[in-house]
Amino acid sequence: MPQMTLVQAITTALDQEMTKDPRVVLLGEDVGVNGGVFRVTDGLQKKHGKHRVVDTPLSESGIMGSSIGLALAGMRPIPEIQFEGFLGPAYDQLVNHAARFRNRTRGAFTVPLTIRVPWGGGIHAPEFHSDSPEAIYAHNPGLKVICPATPYDAKGLLIAAIRDPDPVIFFEPKRVYRSFREEVPEEEYTIEIGKGKLIAEGTDLTIVTWGACVFQCLGAMDQLPEDVSVELIDLRTIHPLDIDMIEESVKKTGKCVIVCEAPRTASMASEISCLVQERCFLHLKAPVQRVTGFDTIMPYAKLELEYLPDAKRVAEAVMQTLAY
Amino acid sequence: MPIRTAYTAKIDHLQILDEQGRLDPALSAPGTPGILSDEQVLHLYKLMIECRQLDEIAFKLQRSGRMHTYPQNKGQEACALGAGAAMRKGIDWIVPCYRENAAMFMHGVPMTHVLLHWAGDERGNQYPPGVRVTPIAVPIGTQMLHATGIAWAAKIQHKDEVAITFFGDGATSEGDFHEAMNFATVMNVPAIFFCQNNQWAISVPRESQMASETIAQKGLAYGAQVMQVDGNDLFAVHKAVFDARERARAGGGVTLIEAITYRLGDHTTADDARRYRSNDEVESWRAKDPMIRVRLYLERKGRWSETQQAQEEQRAEAAVKATVETVLAWPAARREEIFESMYKDMPKLLAEQMESWSTHSLGMDRAQQGLSPGRKLGAATH
Repeated sequence: MPQMTLVQAITTALDQEMTKDPRVVLLGEDVGVNGGVFRVTDGLQKKHGKHRVVDTPLSESGIMGSSIGLALAGMRPIPEIQFEGFLGPAYDQLVNHAARFRNRTRGAFTVPLTIRVPWGGGIHAPEFHSDSPEAIYAHNPGLKVICPATPYDAKGLLIAAIRDPDPVIFFEPKRVYRSFREEVPEEEYTIEIGKGKLIAEGTDLTIVTWGACVFQCLGAMDQLPEDVSVELIDLRTIHPLDIDMIEESVKKTGKCVIVCEAPRTASMASEISCLVQERCFLHLKAPVQRVTGFDTIMPYAKLELEYLPDAKRVAEAVMQTLAY
Repeated sequence: MPIRTAYTAKIDHLQILDEQGRLDPALSAPGTPGILSDEQVLHLYKLMIECRQLDEIAFKLQRSGRMHTYPQNKGQEACALGAGAAMRKGIDWIVPCYRENAAMFMHGVPMTHVLLHWAGDERGNQYPPGVRVTPIAVPIGTQMLHATGIAWAAKIQHKDEVAITFFGDGATSEGDFHEAMNFATVMNVPAIFFCQNNQWAISVPRESQMASETIAQKGLAYGAQVMQVDGNDLFAVHKAVFDARERARAGGGVTLIEAITYRLGDHTTADDARRYRSNDEVESWRAKDPMIRVRLYLERKGRWSETQQAQEEQRAEAAVKATVETVLAWPAARREEIFESMYKDMPKLLAEQMESWSTHSLGMDRAQQGLSPGRKLGAATH
């Protein structure tokens, strides 16, 4: 089985779906000749042609809005927004149109598209290139929000997203793009959207996380005393949420720490914390903790590692919660 | 380095049918493509009467509390009619704003659905299968990008389809107008951008909306074909859209058509246009009403009479009233609908919300809102 980085896993998924389904088209800024600024679409224009891997004008609302039109007319567009910081101009089309068509036409019109977005901090990028806005899109009804952490999951979830009949936003953790390789099957496969993954089984405390933070949590677990048994859940999708997996785990451990890069207020960590107290109240042995970014603007490169949750902060939160 | 001319431009304004109902003989010479036949004009005129009746009746319904906000089309019907007639039903796409009733009807949207929409019922956007009309677009300008994408899909798939999108003068101030025009021309897609310049964006006149002399000239910046037409001239609108459609089909890309027209009514039933525009202005446009000149044309040709007018108005009124009765008797919407159509498969947490709504109070029942003071909290039944 080949070893792939997250970038290679995504490229492979795109290539295979384009080969299989002539309705699939890629569009975005620099995705064609240049292969994308992260080279995720490298080689795809050469293989599939300029009419299917399209360099668009620098126009996020245009990319998003015309993708909606493509989808309404029977295509399966995969628009790329170059960085999550540039989702702003596409927000209206994404949230007010892509997400609403099915409901407002009671199913007469649907918008099956997958919007790919490099996401999150930790690569010393310029401003507006390091944010974690995933909660905004989970909050707005009508979208599915996928946040994979590993090459294997990225490939299976991306193929599932492309085949999904509803609009999906696929956040790609930049920090993981080339950070490691793992075995990824050559053949196509899907992973069910909305299902978490139990990375480690444990009995004392549950950590719930997604995206690049999975690796900060694994780092934290290495720092914990040997007799501490932590269960680690990688949600992989934040909307729909795998509440069953969270509920089952917290009912077993009685303690829960939620970790994400986003600003804390109204984050997905907040939502999950609330769901846990609603559903596991009589099982909880300690307050649910959130380890998140702060309610500040994402700092520039020099201070970004101060902002992002790291293994130490996660480990401290775990120890405090265990000692409660 | 001498100064040279980098670009020159002119904008043509097309009028074929004048205000006295006379056709320009040169522009309408026999054999000219895109000139409406008398049979077509008769058909369109009858539809125009019906749309005018719909406006009047919908207005009264709103005033009597049986309809929510409704935007009258009055005065602008030649735009939707002429453009709609130039597009091929079931083949080409209509991407409307909200003042194109006639075009929607011509392309298969039932009148019931337009009324349902404005009565606050999403089922009004659930058009019958095969209808190539996107739902009424309220936000201003966003639909132009959808038309661009639809036309682009036709091009990618080598399908002989053209998309036309409608918008107002105010919409050209929105970023999406520029992104859509730019995208469409760069991709050279078979799209027609049809601006109903009705002079007013609610209360803001065109001169306060933009500093450019025409809207058509904005299309030149993107490399589109452009044309300004008398938007109250059914023949000119039809001809301009017909030519744009044929050009698009032949790979000639995008056309921006600016139709000069006037909203004779309020912006919507929630608006009172007397607050911002003079009666003199409205009266001057009333004389240019597109209905008047089509009728004059037909009468001049001996194809229309006072009796026919009375009969047709009566028929249209009865037809619209029958449609209204159908809409008022439409089966009540089930509240589960709002959950059921969010996704193809309902997520678990959403299913729980729907379930809890029907099994116990979540602050959504009337008793809890204090609307049924006789009942105890929690005792409400659904």
